[in-house]
Amino acid sequence: MSGPPASGPGLSRLAVTSLALAQVRSHRKLSLEFDGRPVAIYGPNGAGKTNLLEAVSLLSPGRGLRRAAPEEIGRRAAGVGWRVVAEIDSLGHAHEVETGAEPGSPRTVRIDGKAAPQVALGRLARVVWLVPAMDRLWTEAAEGRRRFLDRMTMSFEPGHGDAVLAYEKAMRERNRLLKDEVRDPAWYGALEGRMAEAGARIAAHRAAALARVAAAQAGAATTFPAADLALTGPEGAEPAATESGLAEALAAGRVRDMAAGRTLAGPHRADLTAVYAAKGVPAAQCSTGEQKALLLSLVLANARALAQDFGAPPLLLLDEVAAHLDAGRRAALYDEVCALGAQAWLTGTGRELFAGLEGRAQFLSVTEAGGDSAVKEEA
Amino acid sequence: MSQIPPQVETLIDLMARLPGLGPRSARRVVLTLIQKRGKLMVPLAEAMAAVAREARECVQCGNIATATLCPICQSEKRATGQLCVVEDVADLWAMERGRAFSGRYHVLGGTLSALDSIGPEELGIPRLAERVRAEGITEVILALAATVDGQTTAHYIADALEGSGASVTSLAQGVPVGGELDYLDDGTITAALKARKAL
Ligand SMILES: Nc1ncnc2c1ncn2[C@@H]1O[C@H](COP(=O)(O)OP(=O)(O)OP(=O)(O)O)[C@@H](O)[C@H]1O
Ligand SMILES: [Mg+2]
Ligand SMILES: [Zn+2]
Repeated sequence: MSGPPASGPGLSRLAVTSLALAQVRSHRKLSLEFDGRPVAIYGPNGAGKTNLLEAVSLLSPGRGLRRAAPEEIGRRAAGVGWRVVAEIDSLGHAHEVETGAEPGSPRTVRIDGKAAPQVALGRLARVVWLVPAMDRLWTEAAEGRRRFLDRMTMSFEPGHGDAVLAYEKAMRERNRLLKDEVRDPAWYGALEGRMAEAGARIAAHRAAALARVAAAQAGAATTFPAADLALTGPEGAEPAATESGLAEALAAGRVRDMAAGRTLAGPHRADLTAVYAAKGVPAAQCSTGEQKALLLSLVLANARALAQDFGAPPLLLLDEVAAHLDAGRRAALYDEVCALGAQAWLTGTGRELFAGLEGRAQFLSVTEAGGDSAVKEEA
Repeated sequence: MSQIPPQVETLIDLMARLPGLGPRSARRVVLTLIQKRGKLMVPLAEAMAAVAREARECVQCGNIATATLCPICQSEKRATGQLCVVEDVADLWAMERGRAFSGRYHVLGGTLSALDSIGPEELGIPRLAERVRAEGITEVILALAATVDGQTTAHYIADALEGSGASVTSLAQGVPVGGELDYLDDGTITAALKARKAL
């Protein structure tokens, strides 16, 4: 569409070629063009860099990299809804994606002018991100790791999100029965059947994603440390993974669950553990920089696996990625991103952080005045 | 600011509560009605008064009727031994538009939802089980949405009908996830009915 493919042959490329924002957080109105190379975004704190990445993250199903409700994304002062329009070059085909929300309404998606469900975005683009909020992923509650795992899983299998939603919906219903101490076995049975069906899909998707990432780590020439990943349950054991096993476990747990007032076992209690493979040390006991390197390693492995499965490396959103990395690791990251041919979107407070990308990336400076962001492409 | 007479304002407010209408479209509708007073507004008001007076729920199936029993329940021809369970009357009408089903219906009036305090009693599921036995039903076709609530309800009903002698089937899930019957075209409903399968 616009400009020659800069990274690899067009048929194996995924890139945003243009991006227009209207009333998206601090961006009142914005229109930019891209050539497919990595995009380095720099500017002072609060300028609107992460807001830009968030807009790109909305090209995938779900709530984006801040997990924001649609009404939070609209510009505060405006109250008229918001819109992201992107042209995407996906495996040799150009598509227009439009997403946004009117005030008080859910987010809608249009692909090439036609209304589409969010999950359809996965046919055109895969998006993988790393944000500073994940820095403490390995030391904080299991919920964050589960979310990380499910994001990763969704990047391979966009339908995973629907399975998670169905499971959670049925579980909320079951939890209400438990709280109200309803004793209708058929009602429990019907809900547990839905949970088991969705839960088995969840387990299968997760296992497949972990296997793909493990394989991508194994064969890679990378300076980032490999992590051995495993899925565990709340009691350490791996959760029941088959539909019938899950249904049985739920039925058997009714009395215990009623005492607790909620569902105590199932894929919603799964945890992801990681071990720094070369040292044999659990991620939670690694240094801050090592933990970040492990995360980056997983994100890069995820991207390499997607390059094979999807046909192109994903859009990689790396917010403040330079922060915890020494100069050597930073340079290695840029080299790997370029070798992968991914359109990576990186943010940092100053251009010097991206010195290693000079000549092989696009540079955007972001500034803010009076609550409005201004974005400028720099030579 | 408002130059709109209070009676008209009241009408607009009422209209705006209808499904699919907001304040803006309600104003347009009311304006059209007033401009077409004789041709549209008066007949509409009369039709509404008549329906408000005469329409009621069929005591047997929950369809909208003007007598104790709706025409489908009155017709002997519809006593085929097949009973189609739908969520609401709009779904029943959609099935009828498709003309592919010749049996009778049972309208639940919702789906099971603990969070919304809608249980089996509220949906008349015990009454459905009685009907199946009393009317000698041989097949119960569940035409419920492919949503979590819809499918939970379907499985609950299948469980409640176990041992009733009737086979329980479900519309083929060509139905899009979360899609409701009323939004499907007639051909799709017919195809989903033909390809129904045991639950
Ligand atoms: N809905 C909104 N409407 C208007 N402004 C918003 C909205 N949401 C966030 N902002 C503002 O956007 C500004 C920029 O946020 P952003 O997170 O993009 O900054 P940043 O450039 O990434 O900064 P940092 O370097 O600190 O991470 C913030 O000052 C924030 O208050
Ligand atoms: Mg930021
Ligand atoms: Zn009737």
